[in-house]
Amino acid sequence: MKFAVINFPGSNCDMDLYYAIRDGIKQPVELVDYRSESLAGFDGVLIPGGFSYGDYLRSGAIASQAPIVKEIIRFANEGKIVLGICNGFQILTELGLLPGALIKNEKGRFICETVALKVVNNETAFTSEYQANEVINVPIAHGEGRYYCDETTLKELQANNQIAFQYCENVNGSVEHIAGVMNQQKNVLGMMPHPERAIEEILGSDDGLKLFQSIINYQVRVNN
Amino acid sequence: MTEPTAKQIKDEKLYQQWGLTDWEYELISAKILKRLPNYTETGLYSVMWSEHCSYKNSKKVLRKMPNKSDRVIAGPGEDAGILDIGDNQAVVFKAESHNHPSAVEPYQGAATGVGGIIRDIFSMGAQPIAVMNSLKFGPLKDGQTKHLVNEVVAGIGGYGNCIGLPTVGGEIAFEDCYEHNPLVNAMCVGLLNSTDFKHGTASGDKNLIVYVGAKTGRDGIHGATFASDEFTDTKNKQRSAVQVGNPFIEKLLMDACVEIIEKHSEWILGIQDMGAAGLVSSTAEMASKAGSGLILNLDKVPQRETEMSAYEMMLSESQERMVLCVKPEFVEDVLAFFENYELDAVVIGQVTNDKQYKIYHLDQLVTDIPVDSLTEDVPEYDREEVQPQRMIDEQDYHFAPEITDLAATWIEMLQRPNIASKKHFYQTYDSQVRADTVVRPGSDAGVVRIRGTKKAIAMTNDSNSKYVYLNPYVGGQITVMEAARNIVASGGEPIGITDCLNYGNPENPEAFWELDKSVEGIASACEKINTPVISGNVSLYNEYNDVAIYPSPMVGMVGLISDIDNVTTSAFKDNGDLIYLVGQTQDDFNGSELQMAQMGQLKGNLRDLDLDQEKLNQDLIRQAISQKLIKSCHDLSEGGLSIALAKSAFDNDFGFDIKTKLTTAQMFSETQSRFLVSIAPDKQADFEKMLQTDFEYLGTVTTEPEYKVTTATDSVVVDGKIAAKSWKEAIACLMK
Repeated sequence: MKFAVINFPGSNCDMDLYYAIRDGIKQPVELVDYRSESLAGFDGVLIPGGFSYGDYLRSGAIASQAPIVKEIIRFANEGKIVLGICNGFQILTELGLLPGALIKNEKGRFICETVALKVVNNETAFTSEYQANEVINVPIAHGEGRYYCDETTLKELQANNQIAFQYCENVNGSVEHIAGVMNQQKNVLGMMPHPERAIEEILGSDDGLKLFQSIINYQVRVNN
Repeated sequence: MTEPTAKQIKDEKLYQQWGLTDWEYELISAKILKRLPNYTETGLYSVMWSEHCSYKNSKKVLRKMPNKSDRVIAGPGEDAGILDIGDNQAVVFKAESHNHPSAVEPYQGAATGVGGIIRDIFSMGAQPIAVMNSLKFGPLKDGQTKHLVNEVVAGIGGYGNCIGLPTVGGEIAFEDCYEHNPLVNAMCVGLLNSTDFKHGTASGDKNLIVYVGAKTGRDGIHGATFASDEFTDTKNKQRSAVQVGNPFIEKLLMDACVEIIEKHSEWILGIQDMGAAGLVSSTAEMASKAGSGLILNLDKVPQRETEMSAYEMMLSESQERMVLCVKPEFVEDVLAFFENYELDAVVIGQVTNDKQYKIYHLDQLVTDIPVDSLTEDVPEYDREEVQPQRMIDEQDYHFAPEITDLAATWIEMLQRPNIASKKHFYQTYDSQVRADTVVRPGSDAGVVRIRGTKKAIAMTNDSNSKYVYLNPYVGGQITVMEAARNIVASGGEPIGITDCLNYGNPENPEAFWELDKSVEGIASACEKINTPVISGNVSLYNEYNDVAIYPSPMVGMVGLISDIDNVTTSAFKDNGDLIYLVGQTQDDFNGSELQMAQMGQLKGNLRDLDLDQEKLNQDLIRQAISQKLIKSCHDLSEGGLSIALAKSAFDNDFGFDIKTKLTTAQMFSETQSRFLVSIAPDKQADFEKMLQTDFEYLGTVTTEPEYKVTTATDSVVVDGKIAAKSWKEAIACLMK
């Protein structure tokens, strides 16, 4: 399964994601420039964390206007795998590929910490390797990671099992403790925590590995 | 505005406002130029001859520092120092102070301090891998100080988080003397996948000078001069001298510079960042080092503001700018390369062989002076030194603490801001970006692995100005050795240091004596453990209304961990593990946190530090770690044994049950050269056998968070949950 890691100016977790794929799950992976206009040949698209365009205007707002974006939308609409982490999540909500928005943390400060997450839906392309309600440790590092959506959207998310992960302790004030959500088709996932930083025991946790393994296993099922 | 004429500058002594003395001005006009310098030229001399750029007051003292070892590839004089770490790799690091800008404009001052030190690393062609910081403020009492702290911390996080470098450690201390003169020191560490590097030089007639990065504005003009002056009530508002940072541009600049040097080394002859004194400092130093001259055309410089004068452009300290020296045949390639990163890159001048520094602006020759006169001809001062009277008066004083309630004192000490957890601050720094951080803030040293190898780099920032105040020489030694113990306790071999020397006005003989003696102390300790001083900076004039800060040298030490399996942290690991105190404890209370708690002031002298004993204990710990005998290791520092025990227990909510020969007061003694260690029970015999030094078996790690302690004089049980809560919440509580 071949992955594309999109590199926007100011992305800074691009290499972390690249290594997670290359070394963690040992799959082919390439960095794709934001000016590129094609994702031909890729099976999955990963949008990394960082501060694309310095978070000017609003996190993810300017990146959502880059040339590659049309291709990402096409990719998502074809039902292929799209994962946005941290700033990548913010970009996906700016694009409207995911519902809701990410706003300033409740306490107004940036938080970097390893937090406990609950796997809410383990029957998805991103979570099948986890147990239902499994608690995993994954780092967060964000200033604008408080998930917000209105009441109606929340009901839809719940009814359609679109909530992938919840914080065990609501660190940033997110609606319903939401740490990661999917689109209706569940081929697009956005999450604030960084699974790519939880790939090796020596870095504190390898609980993120199963997320990437889930994606591969899903692709194998699709291909068969 | 019309610029003053050369004659006006002389007659009205305008040069004095820029920090040049009558004697220095006379030297420039009568001996060097043999004519009166014009407005632009006077400006250039005034910044280049400032302490910040020239080290004219401190050079003589700095020469005492050792800067050689088998590992040194580059030492002082480059943007940063470089040490060989084997396998054709090298580690590059430097620390720098940004004290004055942070006092005036704390967010931008701190942010650009981080930005500046990162540029120093990637201008050597190294990939920055981590940053750290050392901060000092007044007590957390009033809103103004809290605001200052919040803004400085936000500035550091804002820059480091955005550029994508992990902040893996640091320190924050609070003392009265920093209330109006906070210290903000930042360090950056980089990795060079080659033992070759680009010097900051501009050589070869007709080679081109290329400007890359952000546009030049009026910010930061005279920043270097400003940093070489002291604060008073009436002159603390020089906001125009503070720069504004843009970490997004710096991220692009960093990636571009690292890539161009790695992939297209042949295009570039030299590269240097524009730091203090911006364009003049970077270009003059590059030309002077190469023995060349330079012609600059300021009309080519990308400008953010209109109608900037030559003086303003040359002295601007706008951030995120680099200067490159490029061979003409590659210049189109270089410009296209940076364009792809959407960065401004333009040719602004060329190298000459006449050793003159010539600047054209609006088609006029506005500067024509010998390039070496800016860098080499700076007078060097031999300042008067006097031992501070307080040291003579108080040398026989010994503070003898009285502790009536060990448990209460213990909790009180854990809550003291200098000891309490700093997580409230450091959790706002991204400590894990780049996915290489093995030990995050909160242990003795930050540890970053080198991907694809078994190696890791340990790093720490340390200072204890209370000791240096009481005895600069011994305090200097302690500063280095405490840093070394932090590296050793983390499983590393100390290989070198950088420093920020923060002191008062060097024209004050007592302040200068403090600088001189503490540098001698630092030098002697560095020689003992073979850690050369490969880079650093000096920040003098840290005074407010003529009262100086404590002499505050900060040591940034780097250690090499050759096998990542040897990484050790301070947290206790398992129930039933055996706890040892390694090193001898004496009544060392002068300068201690307990003295501040009980007396509210510092008094007395420090005992001499036995460097042989110190080195022996460090070596034994390193040996024990490499033989896999140790499960946790913690350096004993402020607050002594009691604090080290509690902090080792907090992480995993353990308790301990111990009995010691120490008196209750000695539980808080700050004797140097000590470690707190825990080991698995089955390693006891091997561990004790190899420990050829003073040590004491204390007891065991327990599951219940209860601290059972029997001293020579007391027996207490402290509720570990209360202790942990006190330590964890004290700072957040004070910041409310």
